[in-house]
Amino acid sequence: MAELHGLPPDDLLKIYYYLRLTRASEDRVIKLYRQGRVFGGVYVSNGQEAISVGSAYALAPEDVTAPSHRDLGANYVRGLTPREYLAQYLGRATGPTRGRDGNVHYGDIKRGILSFVSPMADLLPVAAGCALAFKIRREPRIAVGYFGDGASSRGDFHEAVNFAAVLRLPVLFICNNNQFAYSTPLARQMAVPHVADRAKGYGLPAVIVDGNDVLAVYTATKAAAERARAGEGPTLIECKTMRMRGHAEHDDASYVPPQLLEEWRAKDPIQRLERTLREAGILSDAEEKRIAEQITREVEDAVQFAEQSPLPDGGGVTQGVYAV
Amino acid sequence: MEPITYLEAIRQGLWEEMERDPAVFLLGEDIAVYGGAFKITKGFLEKFGEERVIDTPLSEAAIVGASIGAALMGMRPVAEMQFADFISCGFDQIVNVAAKYHYRVGTPVPMVIRAPYGGRLHAGPFHSQCPEAWFVHTPGLKVVAPATPEDAKGLLKAAIRDPNPVIYFEHKYLYRHEKGPVPAGDYATPIGVAAVRREGRDATVITYGAMVQQSLEAAAAVAKEGIETEVLDLRTLSPLDTDAIVAAAEKTGKVCIVHEATQTGGLGGEVAALIAERAFRALDAPILRVTAPDTPVPFSPPLEDAYLPKAEKIAARLRELAAF
Repeated sequence: MAELHGLPPDDLLKIYYYLRLTRASEDRVIKLYRQGRVFGGVYVSNGQEAISVGSAYALAPEDVTAPSHRDLGANYVRGLTPREYLAQYLGRATGPTRGRDGNVHYGDIKRGILSFVSPMADLLPVAAGCALAFKIRREPRIAVGYFGDGASSRGDFHEAVNFAAVLRLPVLFICNNNQFAYSTPLARQMAVPHVADRAKGYGLPAVIVDGNDVLAVYTATKAAAERARAGEGPTLIECKTMRMRGHAEHDDASYVPPQLLEEWRAKDPIQRLERTLREAGILSDAEEKRIAEQITREVEDAVQFAEQSPLPDGGGVTQGVYAV
Repeated sequence: MEPITYLEAIRQGLWEEMERDPAVFLLGEDIAVYGGAFKITKGFLEKFGEERVIDTPLSEAAIVGASIGAALMGMRPVAEMQFADFISCGFDQIVNVAAKYHYRVGTPVPMVIRAPYGGRLHAGPFHSQCPEAWFVHTPGLKVVAPATPEDAKGLLKAAIRDPNPVIYFEHKYLYRHEKGPVPAGDYATPIGVAAVRREGRDATVITYGAMVQQSLEAAAAVAKEGIETEVLDLRTLSPLDTDAIVAAAEKTGKVCIVHEATQTGGLGGEVAALIAERAFRALDAPILRVTAPDTPVPFSPPLEDAYLPKAEKIAARLRELAAF
């Protein structure tokens, strides 16, 4: 069977699986949210799963990612499990933060996943610092910082990109430009057409990729990662996409023009890969059914696991402020 | 032992820690080629090389964020803020990323931020501040403020070896105005332990940093009048040595808290409340404070003199306490 973008069929099917697992998990959490079974807000990546899955798939296990709030796909690729994801959303003691933080603020240093913080772009200097450690120790590892179009207005984005460019750090800055930061459209975010334009002033290469084409994202990341690993410094990758739901599930996003959503719905990244794989003879009906069933099983198992997991004991609230 | 300056003690502490542990590295503005604004890191570049003594862009958020990332990857970064006043530019990284990381996900962030602080050098509102209270109010950080060369070296070593983010407030006036012996060989001053600098039965001064010397001067002055003052040097501002504070208050029943920082919301209020809660029955007088007034730090010498708490002001309050 054919390779696509240098990827053999097994890898292509895995990418397809991660895209669908991401959407199925988030759809399931939305359902739980509507049933009042989730504490706090729900933030999903519907329509932009290709960015995090495609980019993370191009990384080596020893690389480090600093995810943003719509990067469940990247976290899954790097080893986060649906059980952990669900336990986190339900505030359980079994979740990655043991109930100390909610929804998308998980992370696991053992799997090279930094823990997201809410002030946007804060993890970009941190990613640069990971890359600095790799450079000092001469390790062939890279760091990846994810961010959105809104985050690109924050000083921490600019400081991180400049710092990384000046010190030629092995770090990638991957932007999911989904055109809205909460309710603020791009035109209110920046007076230049592309986030990539912002890189020019810092002297690092920036590429623009179709963020709904998972294989294009994979290929761009692979190339930038090789460049970083070769000691040639950081790259900014701007992935153009569209946020298909509200900022969070409490936001009906009525400020988004409906025709814009219609236009982007036709470009759905999962359907798009599915068509490509079917045309290439890589995905059969039977295989599609097998993957769908596996995902349903995994997600339902995760919901059960999370709901049966204990909530943390309130008496532990003061524990763990300091490392000992 | 030959007495050395406070500045030399800091330099020695950094040098020895870098020799001891290859994970320790320095980053900050003008610290490498130039040797630092106060020349503390002069000669470090030549000895340890440009990978461990890193001149950075003028970019405090990036310096702090990069330190966090490097710490998460197993390094022991020591970041310099050049002037503590500029720490506000990296504040969000400190309080939102570094301070909360361990509590949220259980991963230590071993890093030190050196913050040259304090007045009396006629350096004006942006080069003289004492912003320690901002950080004492942030759980997850350790905050130290040495007063002597011995502690400057010992607390710096302890800070570098600590698995938590430590803000190390080094007083600029003390750099060249304070001399003292330091122990031979390797030693660390434990974080979280206050020190009694002078024994007394009539009144207690609780203080730290450059105000230790001023308080000892005041104690010597009132001793001639028969007032014996206990002087407690907090050394660590977070976590506070609450037992030592309570014991020092109970010993004399008359307490004056002294700090160079402005009064409202300062550490003195916390220490006073702690004493009121835990040692109320031992008190024979109101708890007094000698602090800077609630103004920015003024520039011109007569204004700054009026602003700074000094020995004469402390002595006056001690006489009030003795007469109560």
